[in-house]
Amino acid sequence: MEQEITTRVKPISAPADMAAMKEQCKAALERRKICFRVCAGTACIAGGSLDVYEELKNQIQQRGIDVNVELLFEGGETEAGASTSGCHGFCQMGPLVRVEPQGTFYNKVKVDDVPNIISATLEEQGVVEELLFENQDGTRATTEKEVPFYAGQKRIVLGGCGTINPEDIRNYFAVDGYQALAKCLREMSPEDVVEEVKKSGLRGRGGGGFPAGRKWESAAKAIGRPKYIICNADEGDPGAFMDRSLIEGNPQSVIEGMIISAYGVGAKYGVVYVRAEYPLAVTRLFKAIDQARDYGLLGNNIMGTGFDFDIEVFQGAGAFVCGESSALRASIEGLPGEPTAKYDHATDKGLWEKPTVLNNVETFANVPIIINKGADWYASMGTDNSKGTKVFSLVGNIVNTGLIEVEMGTTLRKIIFDIGGGIPDGKKFKAVQTGGPSGGCLPADKLDMPVDFDQLKEAGSMMGSGGMIVMDEGACVVNVAKYFIEFCNDESCGKCISCRDGSAALLDILDRICEGEGREEDLETMEDLCHCIDDASMCGLGTSLPNPVLSTLQYFRDEYLAHIKDKNCPAKVCKPLFTYEVITDNCKMCGLCFRNCPSDAVIWKKKEVAEIIQDKCVKCGICKEVCKFGAVE
Amino acid sequence: MVTFTLNGKELEVKEGTTILEVAREQGINIPTLCYHEEMSAYGACRLCLVEVVKRGWPSIQPACLYPAQNGIEVNTDTERVRKSRKILLELYLARSPDSQAIIDIAKEYGVRDTRFKLKESERSECILCGLCVRACAEISKRHAISFAHRGSKRMIQTPFAELADTCVGCQACAFVCPTGVIKIDEAD
Ligand SMILES: Cc1cc2nc3c(=O)[nH]c(=O)nc-3n(C[C@H](O)[C@H](O)[C@H](O)COP(=O)(O)O)c2cc1C
Ligand code: FES
Repeated sequence: MEQEITTRVKPISAPADMAAMKEQCKAALERRKICFRVCAGTACIAGGSLDVYEELKNQIQQRGIDVNVELLFEGGETEAGASTSGCHGFCQMGPLVRVEPQGTFYNKVKVDDVPNIISATLEEQGVVEELLFENQDGTRATTEKEVPFYAGQKRIVLGGCGTINPEDIRNYFAVDGYQALAKCLREMSPEDVVEEVKKSGLRGRGGGGFPAGRKWESAAKAIGRPKYIICNADEGDPGAFMDRSLIEGNPQSVIEGMIISAYGVGAKYGVVYVRAEYPLAVTRLFKAIDQARDYGLLGNNIMGTGFDFDIEVFQGAGAFVCGESSALRASIEGLPGEPTAKYDHATDKGLWEKPTVLNNVETFANVPIIINKGADWYASMGTDNSKGTKVFSLVGNIVNTGLIEVEMGTTLRKIIFDIGGGIPDGKKFKAVQTGGPSGGCLPADKLDMPVDFDQLKEAGSMMGSGGMIVMDEGACVVNVAKYFIEFCNDESCGKCISCRDGSAALLDILDRICEGEGREEDLETMEDLCHCIDDASMCGLGTSLPNPVLSTLQYFRDEYLAHIKDKNCPAKVCKPLFTYEVITDNCKMCGLCFRNCPSDAVIWKKKEVAEIIQDKCVKCGICKEVCKFGAVE
Repeated sequence: MVTFTLNGKELEVKEGTTILEVAREQGINIPTLCYHEEMSAYGACRLCLVEVVKRGWPSIQPACLYPAQNGIEVNTDTERVRKSRKILLELYLARSPDSQAIIDIAKEYGVRDTRFKLKESERSECILCGLCVRACAEISKRHAISFAHRGSKRMIQTPFAELADTCVGCQACAFVCPTGVIKIDEAD
C-alpha cells in the first residue's frame, strides 16, 4: 500500500489545495458502497480479529468481489472492501466489526460468523441479530450510537479511532485531516495559533495539566535555536492504553498536532518518544510519518509555504520514570533515564539545552480539532478550569472495560455506571483509583464528583494520564495500596533516598499490616513518612507516590484499623486475616465443599454438617464459591 | 546579581549561586551527605532541604542545587524542614544502622532510633550519594564506576561488575565516601 502511495503521490503544493484533497478522498471513500471495518486494536487482535479480517477478505474474494481498499480509492467497480481500523475502545466486546455505510456494529465476532455477516449484508440487506450488542433489557443495538457505552461519551479526540484506516493518510484527509494545518498556514500567524490554543484552555493530558498554550507561548518567545517539539508517548502506567490507542487508531492527528505546534513556536525538529513495547503503535507511526512526508506535510517547504519541520521516532526502553520530562530528555540525549533537577524552563533550555515543547499524545491530538472548530467551541465544553474532553482507560471490576472519552466535568457515577455499565456479578462498588500508580483511591461518596483536574486533586487523587481502575467490594484497600507502592518502588530511579528507601519502608509497614502484624502507631508513621516523601523527592514520581496510601488512609481508615486491631481483612484478601467457616444453619450437607477442597481441609460425611479444619485450609475460597446455599463465610 | 532573603536577612549574590553556597558563606549550617565543593552538585541525599517561598508559594527545595533568585525568601530551619530531615535520618538509620557518620548527624537532630525497617537486601553502608562516581569522573577523569539498576536495587558498580581497566587505584572514591564503605584492597 505504501508503495502505491509513493508512486502516485503528488505533494500538496499550497494550503489551498487541501480542500480539493479532502473532497477527492471523501468521494473515493463514498464510492466504496460497503466496507467491513475490523478493529485492529491490540485487544481485538488478541481476540482473533486478524483471523476474522483474513476470513472476510477470503470469502469476499471467493465470491468474486474485489476487496483491495486501494483499488476502491481509484473508483473501481468494487462493491465491498475489508479494512482494518484502530481501536474502537470497547475492548472486552471484541473483536468488533462495523459495516459501513450502514454503521451496523457487531461484537464478539468469530471466524465462523463471517459467512453470516457477508450474506446478511450483501444478499439479504439485513443484519445478524445475534452478533449485535445486547442491552441489559435484552434489546439489541444496531449501531454504535445506540450502545449505552458510546451514548454517554463525547468522542472528539477518539472520533477517528475505529472509523478511519490508520495506515492510510487519505482516510484522514477525508475526515478533515490536515485542514487545520492548512488553515494555520493559509490564514493564521504563528502568534494567532498560540493565542487560539491559549484561548481554548487546553491543559496537558499527560498528568500535570499545565496549560498548553502558555507552554507554547514561552517556547515561541525563547531565543535559543533550533527549537524542538517532543511528543510524550512513554505511557508507563500499568493498565493505561490511551496514548497507544490514539497512535494506533489515528496517528496522523497526533502528527498534525505536532506540526501545528511547531509552526506556532517556530520549531524545526520533532521527536516522538514512544515505548518500544508498543510495536503496532511504532509501526503505524513510522508509516504515518512516511505518508505525511510523501504528501509534503513534513520535511522541507511544508505545503509549499517554506515552513520546515520533520519528526523522528525515538523508541524508549519503557521505564515508567522515563515519561517524566527531565528523564525523557536525558534518555533522548543518551544519558541515563533519570530525572534531574532543572530550574530553567524546558521552553528555554530543554532538549540539548534548546527551547523545547513537551506535550502528551492526547494533548497534541486535541490541537487540530481546536484549530478547525475554534477555541470558543472547544472552551464551551468542560468545567471552569478544565476544558474539552478527556480520554480514560476504564478497567478493573467493571462491566464495560475499554477506552472512553467524556466531557470534562462528567461525574464518576456517569462514567462508571452509565458508560461502564456498573459492577459485574451484582457486587457493590468500593473504590476507583484514578491517575495511574501514584493516583488516589476514591470511595463511593465521591461518585457524584465531576471529574476534572482540580476536583480530582482536591479529593486527594489526580488526573494523571487518565487511568481509571474500578474496584468492587472484593478489593482490600490495604492490599491495593501495597500493590501501587510496590510498583513505584520498582520503578523509582533510586536517586532520592526519600523515594527509593521511603517507598521500601512504606512497603514494609503495609506488608506487616497485611500479615496481621500491624501496630496502631503504623498509621501515623506512614502519614509522617508520606509527607516527607512528598516534600523531599525530586520528581513527580516521588512527590505523588504517597497518594495511594494517603487517600486510602483518608477514606478507608476503618479498613486499616480492622486489619490492625481486629486482625480482620473485611474483603477476605489478606490470607492471615480471615477464616472460612461453615454456617451450620445454612448447610444442606451436600458435600460439594468437601469434594472440591484442594487441600483436604473439609471434613464431611453424608447427612452431616461440613467442618473446615483451619490448620489445613489454604484460604483459596473454592468452598465458598461452590456452595449453593451460602453456607460458607 | 540577584537579591533574596536567607533566614530573614537580605543578601545580594551572583546569579547562579546556590542557596547552599550562600548559606555556607554566611556560616549557616545545612547538613549534607552528597555534596562536595570540588564537584558538581547531585541532589540525592535530600538532607540539604530548605523551605523556599517564591511568588507567595512555599515549597521544599534542595539547597545544593537550588539557585538564588530575585525576590525569593529562603528559610533553612523551619518546622517543616526539620520534620522532613528527621524522617530522612530515620530512613538513613534504617539503611545504614552501623554507620558512624549517619549516627552522628542523626544525633544532632535528636534522632536516635528509627521506626522504619528495610529488608536485608535493601540495607547497606553505601547511601548511594554518588560522591565516588563524581570523584572518579570529575576529579580523576577515569569514569571507572557508575550507578546500576533502579529502585531499591540501585548500586554502584564498575562496568560489567569487574575491576575497570580505567581504574588507576587513585583512591579518590574512598577518600570522598561519607560513610567509609569503600575499602581499597592494596594488592589490586
Ligand atoms: C514518573 C512520571 C511519569 C510520567 N509519565 C508520563 C507519560 O508516560 N506520558 C506523558 O505524557 N507524561 C508523563 N509524565 C508527565 C510529563 O513529565 C510531562 O508533564 C508531560 O509529558 C507534559 O505534557 P502535557 O503538558 O501535554 O501533559 C510523567 C511524569 C512523571 C513524574
Ligand atoms: S547535599 Fe543536597 S541533596 Fe545531598
